Formats: sequence, C-alpha cells, structure tokens
Amino acid sequence: MNSLIIRRKLAEHIISRLKFPQRTLCTDAAPKVSSSHSVQSSNDHVGQQSFRNEVHPYDIAIVGGGMVGMALACSLARMPLTKHLKVAIIDSNPALSKGLGIKKEDPPDPRVSTVTPATISLFKDIGAWKYVEQHRHAYFDQMQVWDYTGLGYTKYNARDVHKDTLGCVVENKVLHNSLLSCIQDTDFQKTIYPSRLSSMTLQPRNLSMGVDSTSSGLNERGNLAKLDLSDGNSLYAKLVVGSDGSKSRVRELAGFKTTGWNYSQNAIICTVEHSVENRCAWQRFLPAGPIALLPIGDNFSNIVWTMNPKEATDRKSLAEDDFVKDVNYALDYGFGPHPKSSTLGSGGIFSWFKTDVNLSPDECFRVPPKVVKLASERMVFPLSLMHANDYASKHVVLIGDAAHTVHPLAGQGVNLGFGDAFALSRIISEGIAVGTDIAEVLLLKKYEAERKSANVTMMAILDGFQKAYSVDFGPLNILRAAAFNGAQYIPPLKRSIISYASGDQRFPIFS
Amino acid sequence: MALALKLLKQLRGPSTTTSTILYRNLRPRFSNLRSTIRLFSDPPLSEPLTIPPHQKPHSPSPSSLNQYELAKFAAIAETWWDSEGPFKPLHQLNPTRLAFIRSTLCRHFGRDPLSPRPFEGLKFVDVGCGGGIVSEPLARLGATVMGVDAVEKNIKIARLHADLDPLTSSIEYRCTTAEKLVEEQKNFDAVFALEVIEHVADPAEFCKSLAALTVPGGATVISTINRSMRAYATAIVAAEYLLHWLPKGTHQWSSFLTPEELALILERASISVQEMAGFVYNPLTGRWSLSDDVNVNFIAYATKIKTANL
Repeated sequence: MNSLIIRRKLAEHIISRLKFPQRTLCTDAAPKVSSSHSVQSSNDHVGQQSFRNEVHPYDIAIVGGGMVGMALACSLARMPLTKHLKVAIIDSNPALSKGLGIKKEDPPDPRVSTVTPATISLFKDIGAWKYVEQHRHAYFDQMQVWDYTGLGYTKYNARDVHKDTLGCVVENKVLHNSLLSCIQDTDFQKTIYPSRLSSMTLQPRNLSMGVDSTSSGLNERGNLAKLDLSDGNSLYAKLVVGSDGSKSRVRELAGFKTTGWNYSQNAIICTVEHSVENRCAWQRFLPAGPIALLPIGDNFSNIVWTMNPKEATDRKSLAEDDFVKDVNYALDYGFGPHPKSSTLGSGGIFSWFKTDVNLSPDECFRVPPKVVKLASERMVFPLSLMHANDYASKHVVLIGDAAHTVHPLAGQGVNLGFGDAFALSRIISEGIAVGTDIAEVLLLKKYEAERKSANVTMMAILDGFQKAYSVDFGPLNILRAAAFNGAQYIPPLKRSIISYASGDQRFPIFS
Repeated sequence: MALALKLLKQLRGPSTTTSTILYRNLRPRFSNLRSTIRLFSDPPLSEPLTIPPHQKPHSPSPSSLNQYELAKFAAIAETWWDSEGPFKPLHQLNPTRLAFIRSTLCRHFGRDPLSPRPFEGLKFVDVGCGGGIVSEPLARLGATVMGVDAVEKNIKIARLHADLDPLTSSIEYRCTTAEKLVEEQKNFDAVFALEVIEHVADPAEFCKSLAALTVPGGATVISTINRSMRAYATAIVAAEYLLHWLPKGTHQWSSFLTPEELALILERASISVQEMAGFVYNPLTGRWSLSDDVNVNFIAYATKIKTANL
C-alpha cells in the first residue's frame, strides 16, 4: 500500500515537473507582455491581424474530432438550444473531411468498443445509431466471466435485468463514421481545421486592451481563448473542449494536473475468426491479466488480451498458428481447470449462495467457441490509469480520454467518454436556456461535478479488479471466487452489477 | 416633453433630486458592495502616485485619468463577476431565477421555449442591476435590455463586463432610479426588480414606479426575501453571521415583505401576481432549485392589468 502511495506521489511529482515549463509559457504570457512596451504592441498587432482574418470568433472549439469529440459536436447539432452555435473542430485526421469509406466485406478492424445500452440510447437520441446499424455490429445478450483457478464463474444474461441486450460491439471506425454521417444531416455551422493545436492563450481580461480601444472587436477578445495551430492558422473561441485523447495537448496547455499510474501491462488486440458465430462476450482472468473475446459480427470476434509487456512483444511476433493455439489455450484449459457448475450446486463451499436459483442451461459454464484463424494484425497497447484532477476551468473543459484513461477491462472507457460528451452538451444547453455565458466556470464545474463522480467510481472498480487479479495467492483466489459466486447466485447483486455495467448511473452495491 | 424633463433634471443636478427610493446600504442588490468599495474602488494611495500619467504607455491625451478609472473599475468587475468571490451566492441563485423568468415570460409573451433567443424584440429593464448579473443573461436571451442602478460604480462595472461579449455589449446601462425613468416616461415590455425591494425605503411607492414602467399587458418580475422566522434564521443569521456569505447588516429583517404583502402592494399598483415560486438551497450540492416553498427566498411574476378604457 505504501509503495503504491509513493509511486503515485512520484508520478504526480514527475508530471508537475514536466508541466512547469509549459505553464510558464502560457499563463505567464500576460505579465511578460505588459512588462515590455515594445513586445506588447507587436503582439497586439499580430493578434489584431489574425482577429480580422477570423471575422467571427467561434462559440466552441473542439480539439480532437475522434469518437468523443464528434459525439459532442453531434449532440450540440441536434439540440434546439445549441444547434445555432458556431463550432470549430481541430483534427488532422483526413477522414473528418473526406469520410472513412467503410467496406462491408473488409474484415473487422481490431479497434472496437463495447457500447453499453445507455450509450446506445444516447446514440439513438441524436440519430446516429441508425448509421451504426448499417454497418457491422454485434449485440450480445450474454456474458461469461470466469477465472483460471476454476473456483468460480459468473454468467450475465440481459434477461436478468429485463433488457434485450447487454451491449453491442462496434468497430471504432464505424462509431466515428456514424457520428460524421449524423452531423452531415444537420445544417450545423461547423468548420474543420485539418491541423493540430500548437499553443493556446487563455486571454486574461487584459484591461489595457479593453480600455485602450474604442472598437468593440478588440474588447471582445478579452473573453476569448486564442488557439494557434501547427499550420499557422489561429482562431478564437469562447470555449475550448479538449477531446484529444490521453496525451491531451489541451490538458497540458491549460495546466490541468493529473493523477495516474502505469499497470506495467500491455494489451494485445486483434480480430479472430471462428467456424461458428459467437453471440456472447467472454472474459477470463488469467494470472497475468484478463483475456476478453467479444463478438463483432459474422464469424468474427475481437480479442483484448492483457499480459506483461515482454509476453506481449513475444506473442505479437509469434507465428499466426502458434498465436491462435495460445488464444484457444488461454480461453479453455490454460493455466487451470474449468469451473464446475455441478459441484458448486451440490453442496460445495458456496452452496449457501444459491437459495432460490434454478440453474438453467444458459446458466451453466460453457467453453467459448474455438478460434480458427487470425483475421487482422496484432496491435500492442500499454495500459495505464490517468485521471485529471480538474475537468474544467474558465474557457477550457476536458472530455473523454483527455480527462480519464481507464483499464480497458469491460470496454468501459469509451462509454465514459460518450457520457462526458452528452453531459457537457446538455449542460451547455441548460446554460444557454438561462442566458449563461457558455465559458462560465460555474456552468462548466457543474459538468465536472456530474461526470467526476461517475468516472471515478467506474475507474475505482476497474482498478480494483485489476489489482485483485494481479496477485496469484491462494486465499485471495478463494475470495475472488466467492465474489464471483456471489455475483452469480445473489440475484439482486447480479442485477445491479449488470445494470451498472450497462451504463446506469448507480453504484452497484448501494443501489 | 421628455427632453424638457431631462433638461430640468440636469439643471437640478442629481444631488438635489429627492428620491422616494433611498438605498439603505448604497447597494441595491444583496451583495457586499460596501466591502468591495472599501477594498477595490478606493485604491491604495501609493498606486496613483507611483504611476504618474506621463510614464504610462499610450497616454498622449488628458484621457489617461479616465483610462485609469476604467482600469480600476474593471478590477472590481472581476470581483462582481468572480463566481467564487463575494457574490458567489448570487451567482449560484442566478440560473434558478432565470429559469423561472424564462418559463413564465415565454408563456406570457407567447414565445417558443425551444428558441435560444426567445425574448428577441422585447424591451426589458433591470432595476437595481448591480454588476449586470441579470441584465447579461436577459440580453443573451435576445431582449433589448436597459440596466439601471443608483450606484454609479455598479454601472461602470456592468458596462465594462458587458463589453467583453458582443452578445451583451448592446445593453444600455444608466445610473438612475426607477422613478426617474418614470419621469422620462419610459416603458418596457417587462420590468425586473430582483433582490431589490428589500432595500428600498418605500416598497409601495417603488411598486408604483415599476407599474408605471410596465406597458399595459406587460410583465413585472420581483424577487425578494420573506419576513419569516426561517428567513431570519437563514438569510440573516446563517448567511451574514455564520457563513459570512454576506456582510453583516446587509438585510433588515423588518423591511422584508411577505408574499401576501407583496401581492397586495402590487395589486394596489394595478399589477396582478400570476405565479410565485420559492427558491430552496441544497447545502450538499450547493445548488438552488425552484419549489412551492416561499418561506425564504421567493420570486413573483405579475402582469400589468390592461386598462383599455383609461
């Protein structure tokens, strides 16, 4: 525990040291300017020129037009009180202007997301889900979670919570493309800047600027953030939204501190093919980390396999056949036996759990379908946890991975990001309804308060899972198995776990 | 006629004008202007002395003093508009007040509640506007807003802040009082006096002025604090003495009006109250919400009776 704290402190220390030079660059700009007269006038001149070029400042600049950034844009475009806003989207991805051109016959991309029913209904609200349905996607209504010790397993059914599905696995490019198509349907005033953010000036209300000039244009700049792009363009916006991922430049430039640690684990992701269709999400906890097999439609599945970095590098370069063999081994008898549903049922150590449960065939332990072949390249990603201490300050707000990066367990990361995007657009809309300045910190802090609690809870649960499985120790294994069996045989607990994982905003235990 | 009145007033000068409205604490809003004046508007003596006009950049003309004044008031504006500063309670209450105003006035004027600027084309006056905390949102909602306040410093602050945003720079701020506007025969589609009436000397006369400013069929919105024991406990004991949200002496409990009294004096001024709502504070979330409970803070939406035959 102590070592954990030390590690965290060290990380914070390093982060703050890394941040320092950048912070001086942007926030100290104002005093520097006013200290020397010549610098001030030349700076002003440049600013004035670009201000004239950019006749009207934007209401919102979204830095990062990925899935989460586009979800925000889409949601803003769809709401009656926000659809009039002028939005700039800054992203160097050419797909934003040209489209992605997804071909149905291509094998699925390994980068997929498991979207929860809550996210699906948000997508339906903004009219983006119909585009997802035009492409490959796979709903699943069952999920089996078990571990290598063979002591326990849990099976979740959508029926347990009276829902049709537990979620849907969709390729990231399909989600992204659907949001792009959805926004094309509207007459939303968006401008795409195919560039990167290089620097940001959060103009303090520079008094000399306001007082010196009689033209309102100069004065108005006092309330805007200035963004300089890598291609030399600059633009002004009232509100800057950082949706630029875990290495967010906006977060860095605005000086938001973060807390986090690396798991010293990597994940291999790839697409695999079965001989039959997979309709269930599978997750098995192995000594080095979980392996997940998610249906992605047709006979394909997606693999997210967490392991230590060395193993990951080895398995990435392994011959395809050997890798497939490894996967099948990991999903079946590898590292330990199958859990026996029958022995548990007949007076085992956990028999007291199952009082009123009849074990239907669906509830029995099953072995996932065999993988027959690898259908994509193998990609390796390092895993880490990161949380920004603040999501909002005047003019700047963070959403998605820029605010929080989670363990990819259960595929919750993008759902948290979509949750952020929709919450932010709703709060902006509520602010506009009562005539609030959309860059007002009190308004943005409302978003922060709402999302922080939701995100931190989910992060703690996922981190806890990771920690619980990073140790292979007899008594702990039994405890884990007890937790599994608890989840399997106590219906109210099981229901609340499923609904929490589906995106309902409630803490699983206390509901 | 209006011109003549204006001239007359200029001749008399503001100091000789007898006003029926005496602002008790030099402050029309529940805010701690007295402390802000002390802290910010009277600058430390050393400051003006250390910056002689000729050393200041861009100061070729005698307007440098003016610039200095403006810069000084801009510093106060930052406090008025600092949502974490002394006006925090007011900022927190604001969205709730405006939600009430939006819903009642959209209905009153038959405007689309889904429009981002539902009050487009309507003339509003915010009496006792302070730093413009209500005037600005009303302008963003499309209204043509005039903000008036008896304290000249407030008006300067409000002006500077409104100019920061093109959406609010159209607000007309004037240092004047409601009855002077009446003398000028101004009238408005809607008249607002939020958190003001508890600070005026003669609420009945004040309401008559508000009525005179409202066009027949127009709307009047007033919010204030109830003269209840709970209001005494929360608005005075808690807010002023325990939490130090407001400076001590901000409010005089005896000058508070009950909703019934307010309705009565409005009725005498030919304004009939249509709807009232209370504001309740949740100390856990730090948010205010609308409720039926008018025991402490409440807001009333009233309409001026159409007197077609008069």
